[in-house]
Amino acid sequence: MPKRTDIHTILVLGSGPIVIGQAAEFDYSGAQACKALRADGYRVVLVNSNPATIMTDPELADQTYIEPLTVDVVTQIIDQERPDALLPTVGGQTALNLAVDLAEAGVLEKYSVELIGASVPVVRLAEDRLLFREAMQEIGVATPKSGLASTLEEALAIGDEVGYPVIVRPSFTLGGRGGGIAYSKPELEALADRALRASPVHQTLIEESVLGWKEFELEVMRDKADNFVVVCSIENFDPMGVHTGDSITVAPIQTLTDREYQTMRDMARRIIRRVGVETGGSNIQFAVNPKDGRQVVIEMNPRVSRSSALASKATGFPIAKIAARLAVGYHLDEIRNDITRETPASFEPTIDYVVTKIPRWDFAKFPGADPTLTTSMKSVGEVMAMGRTFKESLQKALRSLEIGADGLTPGPLRDCDALLKLIETPTPERMFQIGDALRAGASTAEIHAHTSIDPWFLGQLAEIVAFESELARASQVGDPLADRALLRRAKRMGFSDRQIARIVLGDARREMDVRAARLALGVTPVYERVDTCAAEFEAYTPYLYSTYETHDEAEPTTRQKIMILGSGPNRIGQGIEFDYCCCHAAFSLRDLGYETIMVNCNPETVSTDYDTSDRLYFEPITAEDVLNIVEREKPMGVILQLGGQTPLKLALPLQAAGVPILGTSPDAIDLAEDRERFGRLLERLGIPQPPNGTARSLAEARHVARAIGYPVLVRPSYVLGGRAMAIVYDDAELEQFGREALSVAPDHPLLIDRFLDDAYEVDVDAVADGERVVIGGILEHIEAAGIHSGDSAAVLPPYKVSAYHLSIMREYTEALGLALGVRGLMNVQFAIQDDIVYVLEVNPRASRTVPFVSKATGVPLAKIASHIMVGKTLAEIGFVEEPAVDGFFVKEAVLPFERFPGVDPALGPEMRSTGEVMGHASRFGHAFAKAEIAAGDHLPTSGKALISVNDYDKSNILKIARDLHSMGFDLLATAGTAEWLRRVGLPADVIPKVSDGSQAILDAMRTHQVDLVINTPLGRSAISDGRLMRMTARQHGVPLFTTLSAAAAAVNAIRALKSKQLRVRSLQTHHATEA
Amino acid sequence: MLERIPALLALEDGAVFEGVAFGAVGERPGEVVFNTGLMGYSEILTDPSYKGQIVVMTYPHIGNYGISPSDFESWEPHVEGFVVRELSGVTSNWRSQVDLEDFLRQHNIIGVSEIDTRALTRHIRLHGALRGYISTADTNPDDVVDKARASQGMLGRDLVQVVTANAPFTWEEGTQDWETGRPMRQPDGPTLHVVAYDYGIKHNLLRELCDRGCRITVVPATTPASEVLTLNPDGVFLSNGPGDPAALEYAVANVRRLLGRTPMFGVCLGHQLMGLAVGGSTYKLKFGHHGVNHPVKNLATGQVEITSQNHGFAVAADSLPPSVEVTHVNLNDGTVEGLRHREAAAFSVQYHPEAAPGPHDAQYLFDEFRALMLDKREPA
Ligand SMILES: Nc1ncnc2c1ncn2[C@@H]1O[C@H](COP(=O)(O)OP(=O)(O)O)[C@@H](O)[C@H]1O
Ligand SMILES: Nc1ncnc2c1ncn2[C@@H]1O[C@H](COP(=O)(O)OP(=O)(O)O)[C@@H](O)[C@H]1O
Ligand SMILES: [Mg+2]
Ligand SMILES: [Mg+2]
Repeated sequence: MPKRTDIHTILVLGSGPIVIGQAAEFDYSGAQACKALRADGYRVVLVNSNPATIMTDPELADQTYIEPLTVDVVTQIIDQERPDALLPTVGGQTALNLAVDLAEAGVLEKYSVELIGASVPVVRLAEDRLLFREAMQEIGVATPKSGLASTLEEALAIGDEVGYPVIVRPSFTLGGRGGGIAYSKPELEALADRALRASPVHQTLIEESVLGWKEFELEVMRDKADNFVVVCSIENFDPMGVHTGDSITVAPIQTLTDREYQTMRDMARRIIRRVGVETGGSNIQFAVNPKDGRQVVIEMNPRVSRSSALASKATGFPIAKIAARLAVGYHLDEIRNDITRETPASFEPTIDYVVTKIPRWDFAKFPGADPTLTTSMKSVGEVMAMGRTFKESLQKALRSLEIGADGLTPGPLRDCDALLKLIETPTPERMFQIGDALRAGASTAEIHAHTSIDPWFLGQLAEIVAFESELARASQVGDPLADRALLRRAKRMGFSDRQIARIVLGDARREMDVRAARLALGVTPVYERVDTCAAEFEAYTPYLYSTYETHDEAEPTTRQKIMILGSGPNRIGQGIEFDYCCCHAAFSLRDLGYETIMVNCNPETVSTDYDTSDRLYFEPITAEDVLNIVEREKPMGVILQLGGQTPLKLALPLQAAGVPILGTSPDAIDLAEDRERFGRLLERLGIPQPPNGTARSLAEARHVARAIGYPVLVRPSYVLGGRAMAIVYDDAELEQFGREALSVAPDHPLLIDRFLDDAYEVDVDAVADGERVVIGGILEHIEAAGIHSGDSAAVLPPYKVSAYHLSIMREYTEALGLALGVRGLMNVQFAIQDDIVYVLEVNPRASRTVPFVSKATGVPLAKIASHIMVGKTLAEIGFVEEPAVDGFFVKEAVLPFERFPGVDPALGPEMRSTGEVMGHASRFGHAFAKAEIAAGDHLPTSGKALISVNDYDKSNILKIARDLHSMGFDLLATAGTAEWLRRVGLPADVIPKVSDGSQAILDAMRTHQVDLVINTPLGRSAISDGRLMRMTARQHGVPLFTTLSAAAAAVNAIRALKSKQLRVRSLQTHHATEA
Repeated sequence: MLERIPALLALEDGAVFEGVAFGAVGERPGEVVFNTGLMGYSEILTDPSYKGQIVVMTYPHIGNYGISPSDFESWEPHVEGFVVRELSGVTSNWRSQVDLEDFLRQHNIIGVSEIDTRALTRHIRLHGALRGYISTADTNPDDVVDKARASQGMLGRDLVQVVTANAPFTWEEGTQDWETGRPMRQPDGPTLHVVAYDYGIKHNLLRELCDRGCRITVVPATTPASEVLTLNPDGVFLSNGPGDPAALEYAVANVRRLLGRTPMFGVCLGHQLMGLAVGGSTYKLKFGHHGVNHPVKNLATGQVEITSQNHGFAVAADSLPPSVEVTHVNLNDGTVEGLRHREAAAFSVQYHPEAAPGPHDAQYLFDEFRALMLDKREPA
């Protein structure tokens, strides 16, 4: 069947902001789907609230709505665009749930919109854990024993029945949110309560535990003709009990026989048929008892997923793209395999390498959070690596993580028993602890007994550790660096030059010595192609990975080429925004006729789609790996400034190796990053900066802080996302934070600044060509300085900054851009305090806000910057004037606190948000309201507002409270605040504090008697009333504002919401009317 | 770690690959073919169709789950040599009884690991399946190349006689659920008598037939058609097997005699023999199909089956008479994958509906065979 001709316009739903469990992989799938559907001639209407995505670039859809993903909003869009069909399967759980809501609200029927890819009954059957279990019983597929609970009592009864431990699995949530493992009744009580709340349908499965069984995933596809293929099989290194998103996973399956595997494949086929997924991809998870091979199905996700993105990258089979085409009627055998060209997509990819994915966590940003890995996902990003063996692929993946490990490197010395105890609990450290246990003499059998990890994997780790000691021994009796065979073996096991340098030379930093020895002996990698077929057919796509074999398949061209270094694993502070910039560089330089070469190791992203650049190297972004590629490809230049801190760290080693670096020079980057040099520059330019100093020791830090005067802001240099940054009020605190900061980045000094109280913060994004600086956008933060720019809401254009201050900032930006010789992007952060404009920092590179500004203004900043980097001037490009902005564009951050119960959700100078949304409207209030709604905070237009603010904020809360009161809100306040309100005649009911011995305030939030909470933090005491209040509000989804500026903006938004309904407008329409 | 001795794999075109030996030592010639399946090495090793061939596994880690006799496709391994990138040092599976290395040693088969199997595979893709020679005894590459050149190729070679049964025997075992040890399917309806020609028959073919309510008499490849007919079969099954079908004139003649006299189902070599029996011809593929992911289209239903394949020869589509129709084609290269006789009750497929290893998508063919036999059965 060729494609359908009875549908013309297709509505595609995106997945919204990046959150834990739903990240950049949906930009990859969504972008692929949009491209595929348009290539087939359909008109695509896209809705996604996330401006940082490639998929929301206006070129990817006919109409792009960066609007909240809610029933109301999407209904309006449907009314406006009249789509024939809706594709809900490429936007994660968010899109799936929204599609069901739209159907239930009768909207799809009213407008005759057909769901394609997955129908409502399919989604229900797959997502409703009870229906799914019943369906499985019907077709004879085993599931663990379980019961479905809608109340706490039911949950406990089921718990008693199936026996502890039990697994709590809420229905319709993503990334295991709200779920967990309960080892006892009291634990179940707490967990079930959380799970019921997390589930949008207030249901959770209470299930018999199969902890310790092996966990597997199959990525399968089916078309309308019932053709079925398994695209990729995945085995989890971590046994059942660790969410697949938090597990180290390996493709293909390593420890099943063909018979066991085919049994699983048969089940998968029966399951997808029974659930009724007619077209598209699904992910099915299984558990296998290692003792007798018994197999049970755990769940099925009837849509593309994080695992399907991984499977696509692992095999070269683009699941989302093909799923989109199947949804419009094609059959698998009618679609060609892009890589081999001759063969159809109706086959099962086979691979001749091993793929390892390792998640990346950011627990350090959430003090108090429990780093135990369970059934609820906690990681914020991941890396993937390929190698010919598991050992090689694992070690490449470990060094891709950028967590200071160069491979399976040793951790702190501990004795064997302590290590065996530690590895019983899965945590981010477990892989390294297992390595250490092997070093300490533990056997693989012992480790298996303590972890249930399959002996095959442990055997592989043991080989790595054994080789490590062989290498160490060899360096005592001879020179391993002169032993070609030994070095080759090391490389074939994935040992990095840094690892070898550490083992052989006692210092990882001497990696260049190892490199020189290696090159002299001719121990260099070859590049092999990801070809979907284990070399059975020729591969036409240069999608490559390195390995130490005998035949190189890179076949570099003689074209003019430019290499772009990506941003590695997503982490808080360095996410999809940087991938967006890298992709734009690839697209725009390709347009200019250059060959583009992408290097990255993040399987979630658009940048690692083999379609994005001319050539893709799926490799770790380390000096060693990048230099190897440079040597093979000999590019005319390398772009470092778009991938965040990851490539920037390589500026100096690459430059030292003679690699031409495009754009702003590494020296200018250093000038901006090095506080002392930068301070001198500002002084020369006469630009004020908060008084500051640097310190290399605690003693020095004390001295500097006293000289500047408390409060001060302390942080290590060269860290992104405000890691280990704190506002410090006295010597004692300085001691505490200083020590932590010095440990995070021991090679770099501590930076100490005067903390600017009550200051406005403003971000400026600009491009410069060395002669001219043009501002792309000015964003005013909603939250005051002191809240990390990544966590603060912001508005473009500024709505409260005076023209005078704006002109000063423009002037400073230009002066800085010229003085630094910026060629490409730059970002300046300002703070305005008491009429003085201070520069907080300058980043001569892409910033987090580039995609946001580009969407708001319609000016593709990253593309312009790329053109500058290859020698064009702004005048030639025709971008010489700061773009005017029509209306208001508000960015709001999305925070992961609900994943980390026990962590204070108050904002601070350390960034903790995982993603962002955009709201736009002609009035600020509406734009802000949209951003809040998109971020998941449904602003109330009536009800009760709970106010509890610290003494500093008491006078400024009055206006906010008055406005709320006049809009009809009832005011509720803690005693001090209430008294202050009453003094000006505002009626406020008093609610006792927790420290007064009452739970009233928490209960009020739990039972949703409060619709809005304004609470500003008071000092930094560990267990304060405020902290409990904030945590409770977050957990129960009550809109919470922890700064007065945000509260004021919210009041503004509520007023707007009450006065006029929200309206939607696509980017294309917006920019067309503007022009 | 065990010190391993070096091994050489030389090809007739002069290419030499160096690795280390595992399993047995010595030397052996064989046609070098690659298999792209990720799992299933136990089945591959024991598949008689690999007689005369040195098998290269494209997936790098082999041996991970050891060896379990319940996965065997015949009573012993048949490959001439086994080439892998990395032999697993650990065996991990509850069913495993012996590790791969010991198994090969026991059966005197030379394994070679540490070979760049991808480079070797590309070489075969570009230059075709070549005669090769494995040696752990000879360390001079030129010598080993000479030995490869001196060895016998596949064309015109009757390897069936090497692997076929010496005498007829009866088979009565179906597939078993390895979790429970119980038979997977309970046959219903009458028990049918199938005579299966053993050209190197895979046991899973027998098990699948047995699951369809068949009692099977397995007969040696050279058994005359007349003798088969005296057994009064409900149907005749033509099995898979090694080597060049064109060298098996006796087998072709028997198939020709049986065509139309009794329902017939052929698989792999059996399919090629059927093609020859109706007057078609066969030819050698460049490097054959050996794997578990080949898409085959059933032209009657339009469905695509993911199939298990293992063959170096194929039936030439344009050689076929109008009395047969092509029922299945390979979507990768368009080769003939299935035939049906328009008059006689006979059909065949080039691929392996019994899988082992591989997907079970084509099991319906056994049902079709049963239906065909029931249809032709004389009312009792
Ligand atoms: N019965 C069980 N026993 C042990 N672990 C389980 C069980 N069910 C689920 N899990 C674990 O919980 C994880 C998350 O469960 P899953 O149903 O896949 O949720 P999600 O929809 O969030 O992916 C699984 O990956 C698995 O490791
Ligand atoms: N001197 C200061 N006074 C007040 N707030 C500051 C000061 N310096 C930085 N900040 C706050 O800390 C946040 C993070 O600092 P920044 O230098 O941007 O770090 P990063 O490099 O992590 O982005 C800023 O967004 C700002 O809100
Ligand atoms: Mg899951
Ligand atoms: Mg799920």
